Amino acid sequence: MIRLLVKDCGAGTSIQDCGRFGYQRYGVGPAGAMDKIALAVANMLVGNDPEAAAIEFTVLGGTFVVEGGPVRVALAGAYAEVRIDGEAVPPLTSATAGDGQSITVGPAKAGTFMVLAVCGGFAVTKDLGSRSFHLRGGLGGLGRAPVRPGQVLPVGGSPQGPDLTATVPPQVSAGAYRVVLGPQDDYFSAAGIATFLGEAYRVSAEADRMGYRLSGPVIEHAKGFNIVSDGIVTGSIQVPGSGEPIVLLADRQTTGGYPKIATIISADLPRFVQQRPGSEMRFAAVSLSDAIAAAREQAAMLTAVRAGLKPVGLGFDTEHLLSVNLVDGWVDAHAPPPEPPLVTAA
Amino acid sequence: MGVQSPRFLPCGDTAVTVEFGTEIDDGLNALCLAFDSALADAAIPGVIETLPTYRSVLVQVDPLVIDMPAFEARVHDLLASLQPSGAPPRRWIIPVVYGGEFGIDLEDVARAHGISPEEVIRRHSSRSYRVAMLGFLPGFCYLSGADPSIALPRRISPRLKTPAGTVSIGGVQALFASVEAPSGWHLLGRTPVRNFLPDRDPVFLVGAGDEVVFKPIPAAAWDDLDAAAAAGESVAELVTS
Repeated sequence: MIRLLVKDCGAGTSIQDCGRFGYQRYGVGPAGAMDKIALAVANMLVGNDPEAAAIEFTVLGGTFVVEGGPVRVALAGAYAEVRIDGEAVPPLTSATAGDGQSITVGPAKAGTFMVLAVCGGFAVTKDLGSRSFHLRGGLGGLGRAPVRPGQVLPVGGSPQGPDLTATVPPQVSAGAYRVVLGPQDDYFSAAGIATFLGEAYRVSAEADRMGYRLSGPVIEHAKGFNIVSDGIVTGSIQVPGSGEPIVLLADRQTTGGYPKIATIISADLPRFVQQRPGSEMRFAAVSLSDAIAAAREQAAMLTAVRAGLKPVGLGFDTEHLLSVNLVDGWVDAHAPPPEPPLVTAA
Repeated sequence: MGVQSPRFLPCGDTAVTVEFGTEIDDGLNALCLAFDSALADAAIPGVIETLPTYRSVLVQVDPLVIDMPAFEARVHDLLASLQPSGAPPRRWIIPVVYGGEFGIDLEDVARAHGISPEEVIRRHSSRSYRVAMLGFLPGFCYLSGADPSIALPRRISPRLKTPAGTVSIGGVQALFASVEAPSGWHLLGRTPVRNFLPDRDPVFLVGAGDEVVFKPIPAAAWDDLDAAAAAGESVAELVTS
């Protein structure tokens, strides 16, 4: 069995796939990668199905040593450097590390979540149909634990064919985060909804895989802030008594008793989660049909990324040279516009 | 079974809440569970999973597959021909150690109502509850049928950590928990029953629509039952009528 030995990694490192579905009726939330585009792109670069289990890093990277054979890896999401035995791997490109070689993922230079995929995915045991680690439920990952130094992560396959590079980089929308109002927008006054859609909010320090608490102008309720508990989805924006919104994310609870003013559309969630504490944002209401159209555009974008995968080393075309942006250093498509990269390549 | 016209509340592009009412009501909850079951049988393309609650059913969908107008029409068809579940509910006897370190709020609840702790235990354990929904965290059972004479508003300041197996009340709701969690409810006792144990088959014991009765047990019985439950035994008695 091919394995990755974990030499070191940040505390917010875990195995995630596309999530756990079918058990919300038992109180088990979906978990899964925070940035689903990053998961899909990293997986396609190593030849996996988009939902294969990968390592998700939160801001800090990690170091791994290959044991038992070559491993193909690729990183996507927040921009960070990948090195194999010290040699830099170009962005949005897979690379193969041989037995005994080390793979290092640097800290995120912009954004929050990076996803490192390996060929064949990580072959940890599935819990309730998914390998995603879920802290509160004690499910998924290796031994129902986060990734930590000393672990030996089983790799599900060996590299097939050449390493790949994405000549069409993933694109995400910019600007205000699009929301569909509801399910409980009728629990807010007209002034409250105008505040929510008209003012700027910031990600507070209370931001993790469960949700991001936002700070900003208080949103006025119209008829109290307690509802008889009902279902929550990823991207639900609940407003508790404080009047400051909380966006519920992958490790969220399944039900809750605060009214939910709106839901971030699925196409904008990958960009939303990449924000860091302090990031400023605005929300814009769209119709359900616009939200569905955006989901279709995102699926088409991923299809285009897949179609643009080319073997590494077969010569560069203009499109590729533009995509790697040799002058400025690569600009991560997921990096939120309000927050410039912490480090800019010369 | 009365057919009601639900509200379709959008939850972004990946879900819709089919809402039958806004209150805690056994009839509403029964309607939700029957509708949830009919929805499962209908196997509508694009429906990924459903989550029945006290008063609504959350339907998680694939926005690239679902046809929302067709889905809404189908819901109305399903409701028009909805049948109540014919099977009698399963009934679980759940052992509970009340008070002391197992139920740190028992005395406060008794004091608030001017009754003895023993009377709170009697009132809490002498009735049958219906499991309205599972939610929040894995295996948490939200119960209806609580005794209003021991009801108490939630604590102003929630506790960041309450133990697995916590048996509590909050407002007119009652709960038994499965894993450690934050809670603003009042802790009456603790059960060794693991309603969620990933390595056991079944992973979950008590489900929505089941009935639950709490049975007081002495603190001295805790260690043995807790060890048995941790090893995979249910330690809850299932009564089938």
